[in-house]
Amino acid sequence: MIALALAAALQIGSKQFTESVVLGEIAAQSLRAAGIEAGHRRELGGTRVLFEALRGGQIDAYPEYTGTIEEELVRGGPPLQALGLRATGPLGFQDDYAIGMRRDEAARLGIRAISDLARHPGLAFGFSNEFLRRRDGWPRVREVYSLPHADVRGLDHELSYRALRSGAIAATDLYTTDAQLRAGDIVTLLDDRRAFPRYAAVFLYRASLPAPAVAALRRLEGAIGAPAMIAMNARAQLDGVPEARVAADFLGIATAAPEGAPARIARRTVEHLALVGVSLLAAVIAAVPLGILAARRRRLGQIVLGVVGVVQTVPSLALLVFMIPLLGIGARPAIVALFLYSLLPIVRGTHAGLVSIAPELVESAHALGLPPGAALRLVELPLAARSILAGIKTAAVIDVGTATLGALIGAGGYGQPILAGIRLADTALILEGAVPAAALALAVQGIFDLIERAVAPRG
Amino acid sequence: MAPVFELSGVKKRYGVLGPVDLRIDERETVALIGPSGAGKSTLLRMLNGLVAPDAGEVRFRGRPLPEDLAPLRRQIGYVIQGGGLFPHLDARGNAALVARWLGWDEPRIEARIADLAALVRLPEDALARPPSRLSGGQAQRVGLMRALMLDPEVLLLDEPLGSLDPITRFDLQEDLRAAFARLEKTVVLVTHDLAEAAFFAPRLVLLRDGRVVQSGSARELCSAPAEAFVERFVRAQRAAP
Repeated sequence: MIALALAAALQIGSKQFTESVVLGEIAAQSLRAAGIEAGHRRELGGTRVLFEALRGGQIDAYPEYTGTIEEELVRGGPPLQALGLRATGPLGFQDDYAIGMRRDEAARLGIRAISDLARHPGLAFGFSNEFLRRRDGWPRVREVYSLPHADVRGLDHELSYRALRSGAIAATDLYTTDAQLRAGDIVTLLDDRRAFPRYAAVFLYRASLPAPAVAALRRLEGAIGAPAMIAMNARAQLDGVPEARVAADFLGIATAAPEGAPARIARRTVEHLALVGVSLLAAVIAAVPLGILAARRRRLGQIVLGVVGVVQTVPSLALLVFMIPLLGIGARPAIVALFLYSLLPIVRGTHAGLVSIAPELVESAHALGLPPGAALRLVELPLAARSILAGIKTAAVIDVGTATLGALIGAGGYGQPILAGIRLADTALILEGAVPAAALALAVQGIFDLIERAVAPRG
Repeated sequence: MAPVFELSGVKKRYGVLGPVDLRIDERETVALIGPSGAGKSTLLRMLNGLVAPDAGEVRFRGRPLPEDLAPLRRQIGYVIQGGGLFPHLDARGNAALVARWLGWDEPRIEARIADLAALVRLPEDALARPPSRLSGGQAQRVGLMRALMLDPEVLLLDEPLGSLDPITRFDLQEDLRAAFARLEKTVVLVTHDLAEAAFFAPRLVLLRDGRVVQSGSARELCSAPAEAFVERFVRAQRAAP
């Protein structure tokens, strides 16, 4: 619905981390400042989701890093130009992998570059698990610099700054624009043998973007230095300032007052209910006849139950991402994914309800002279109602939970604050999504219990 | 009298039934009788097409049973063993189901139900009860009301006194016979009990292993048994308490 309203406007996308959201905000506000209508679809997902959305035209531009473009997006495939995409020049800062140490400790040991670490083989290292695993992470550094260190531990990225500051570890991996660097007590070591790829920030955009919009984006080339980016990340992530305000302050633009909490929650409730309601209704319309078919034709029934069962085993995140090339981003692919997930419980409930009816009751219905359709409608379906309703209830409760993942592909709903809260380590924000989602699941359960009591056969 | 049902050479595979030849006339009351597994219920269910014969033919009023059985079945009332009442409807809803589907108006339905309740002697307050709150005898009476709702020409009953206690059985037996007498319909009922068959029907059809052994009045079966089995069947029933 939101996507339709903004269909005419340009859409900027961003990934699910603070820096990307801030850059997306900066791009959108720059376009608006240039008199171009532009929206920001924030926190759409990871690299794959954004890139596919850009290729599919659901978004027109998003912030990306040169290293990612070279290593992940165009490696072994056609160049950007051939895909109808373009990139701006570097925005002025790099978000590289780096190795960081406490400033006082580095000074005491006389360490300025990564190559200096080789002289101190006794130092304890704590690295994020991803860094330990990635080809361009620790394995590369150890090889390029011939580091002999034996005390290397895997750590959660969030904990590594704490471990570093407390002295539990001497060095860790970090990103060169991490918000934590603002405090100045941690130095990044010089990558003097160029072990890490360069991750210069740019905007990727569609070749069809109008010239004034391209010009507005290109005005940002070289405009954002590393200290400015670190400061913006820190304001958003550590001080809890909304990204829109951080971006506006950077651009020197006044912003509108942010939406209040009740309005925000109400809007997300509507979005969430729309996702669940539309997908569930469609699933009932499709799954009840499928369940009837499965109960009537035994062999075909096994196939139907098998197919909807296989759909259920596809991980929800994977299913959502599969939908992007077919249906783009936003509510539509989320509704289709939820629809597919709802099929199994309803088909199974309908099938089980119908096959468990006592044969003499079905025979009675036929012996009374009801044609098959009337026997189904007046006798069999009412007798199977309890089981069908139980299936719909299961589907509805699962839908309420799974719909939170829709936020990953821009479908909105209660997932939005949960994702933002995880990114910002903001528990209150997570609860702003999680509590209404849980309440909605309970309400759905309660409503179905009431319907069950009213509809289901007695005795 | 004109035949209502004519069965010629009907057979059901695996020795369940047949070959059977049988003729049932207009307004006749016939009891299909025999030990369990003799094929009584199968034969009864062939009359309204619930069971299709593998060979032979069933004719109703001179015509083979049609492809679309639903209209035919509305002319043949059927009371299933144990009543077969739908648990999601109350007694009234069970009786009125098909009439409602046919679009009868409510006053007509109410009038018909009142008549039938009087005929089968069902107490007024039982009409609003779900089947789970009816006694065995009441459920059987409601089953009969449901079968008679559209005023069919023929009534089929499968063990109408089946699993009832002796007192209920006695009351219902009297009421059923009175109802049959007033209705003047063709009635075919299945029972394994000789005394019960004799009580209801002038003509008994005795089945054994899917074949008709003898057809005639109870007196004929006792006084002139067609074979040794008939004599054994009759004696066994007499010896029962």
